[in-house]
Amino acid sequence: MELRILSPTAILGYGFPLSSFQAGLERDPHVIAVDGGSTDPGPYYLGAGKSFTQRAPVKRDLYYLIQASLERGIPLIIGTAGGAGAKPHVEWTVDIIKEVLGELKATAKLAVIYSDVDPELLIQELKRGRIQPLGPVAPLTEEEIRGSSHIVAQMGLEPILQALEEGAQIIVAGRAYDPTVFAALPALQGYDLALALHMGKILECAAIAASPGSGSDCLFGYLQEDAFILEALSPQRQCTKLSVAAHTLYEKSDPYSLPGPGGTLDLRETRFEELPGGKVKVSGTRFVPTEKYFLKLEGARRIGYRTISIAGVRDPIMISQIGDVITAVKERVADNFRDIRDYQLHVHCYGKNGVMGALEPQPQPGHELGLVMEAVAPTQDIADTICSFFRSTLLHYGYPGRKSTAGNLAFPYSPSDISTGAVYTFSIYHLLEVDDPKGLFTVELREV
Amino acid sequence: MRYVKDVASVIRSKNAGPYELTFDLMFPDAETYEQVRHSITKAKIADLYKIDESQVLSIIHFAPAHAVKITIVRPRASGDLGETDVYGAQQHAPLLELTY
Repeated sequence: MELRILSPTAILGYGFPLSSFQAGLERDPHVIAVDGGSTDPGPYYLGAGKSFTQRAPVKRDLYYLIQASLERGIPLIIGTAGGAGAKPHVEWTVDIIKEVLGELKATAKLAVIYSDVDPELLIQELKRGRIQPLGPVAPLTEEEIRGSSHIVAQMGLEPILQALEEGAQIIVAGRAYDPTVFAALPALQGYDLALALHMGKILECAAIAASPGSGSDCLFGYLQEDAFILEALSPQRQCTKLSVAAHTLYEKSDPYSLPGPGGTLDLRETRFEELPGGKVKVSGTRFVPTEKYFLKLEGARRIGYRTISIAGVRDPIMISQIGDVITAVKERVADNFRDIRDYQLHVHCYGKNGVMGALEPQPQPGHELGLVMEAVAPTQDIADTICSFFRSTLLHYGYPGRKSTAGNLAFPYSPSDISTGAVYTFSIYHLLEVDDPKGLFTVELREV
Repeated sequence: MRYVKDVASVIRSKNAGPYELTFDLMFPDAETYEQVRHSITKAKIADLYKIDESQVLSIIHFAPAHAVKITIVRPRASGDLGETDVYGAQQHAPLLELTY
């Protein structure tokens, strides 16, 4: 009894060596699964409905994945399509898949699973007290729900199981709990759910769990009755007990307890054993279902538009009083635009505390500073205005003891200011109690 | 008194979701892990980052990876106004001052 899974890359579009992928196919996988996204690149991508990966590398990966899936008659499952898994991200991915199928002169039964949540339904659930914050987050409000440009729920296994049962060859899932795309086929075939999910938790980052780690190389999983085995497919890397155990820590707060839709993975009894040939065997993980079924909600809201300007400072007299100079110039801006109040001006001071901000324990400036001036305002025009005025005022500001009277800033670019467009913030990061794990998700089957 | 950085094999930081920042300290073997792990306290972390101890959410010892994991409240949600490090990948430097 063994189910084999090929995970080609950490994120669809991050790429993989064809030699590793070929080695994976030679091991005769039952399914190819890949994670498409993450909240890590920040709120912009969910809010704007754009992918943080580029179309060309995503298409390159999909070409080989679809070709192998069709040739071998094994399912290809893509989770958190387009990076954030909202409708525009899913459509973007489906569009690329159609293009690849056209080039391959092939057709396939495609399942598309949407994870977008209707704001009105969410407001009702909020009133019923079925939404709670996830971690150090403020309680949700109706205003935040209405203001969000996209809201997604992170699906569990159930919608993907439905797509598999309906005979889908390629499954494109919206926002999905990362392990689900790997654990769905094992769950359908009656494998131990805890092991399937734990294996998925590691496979979703592909060769990041190997040594040396890589986000753009394949990892192979063998799921058995009472354990799973992981193998790196490039001769340059191997799985070690430490590399796999260490990966369990990555991007989470408690490695013993990994919560997801419907329950928690309990790793307190998990054993990691090294096998010959650079493989690692994992066993003993348990799945503890929660009494009620919770889905994670994610939302992003637009808070304005941003303009930035980049400049360096080398004058030691100015550097010694940089904090005061910035404060004084901000006051000058406020005084000059008394009728504009709803903007934010922020200066990142690289060489002082640009990386850590308020957390920086040693904010002594170096011999030169890099300044990133940013204005965020309700319109791009106001952001451009505020940034430009701050920049020109700082350039010529007469601070005490100034000797360099021709200009205070070194600009690397002309034009010096860059309009970067819409700015988003995470507005929803909460748990929703549901009665039906599949209820929020729509599974559509299409012949393409 | 010795520096943890001299015996650790990994000292890193990363987001654990958009609202938390997590630090991993990994040691090359079980012996070093045992020597160091109990001297990493919430009080020391709060002192290094100049934050209130209540902002240090947890310190968890993970023997399979010879690792100690520390999680703090992020100064702001990832990508929010005033953000300095969207991925949280460069917030570990003060831990290089940690002693045992």
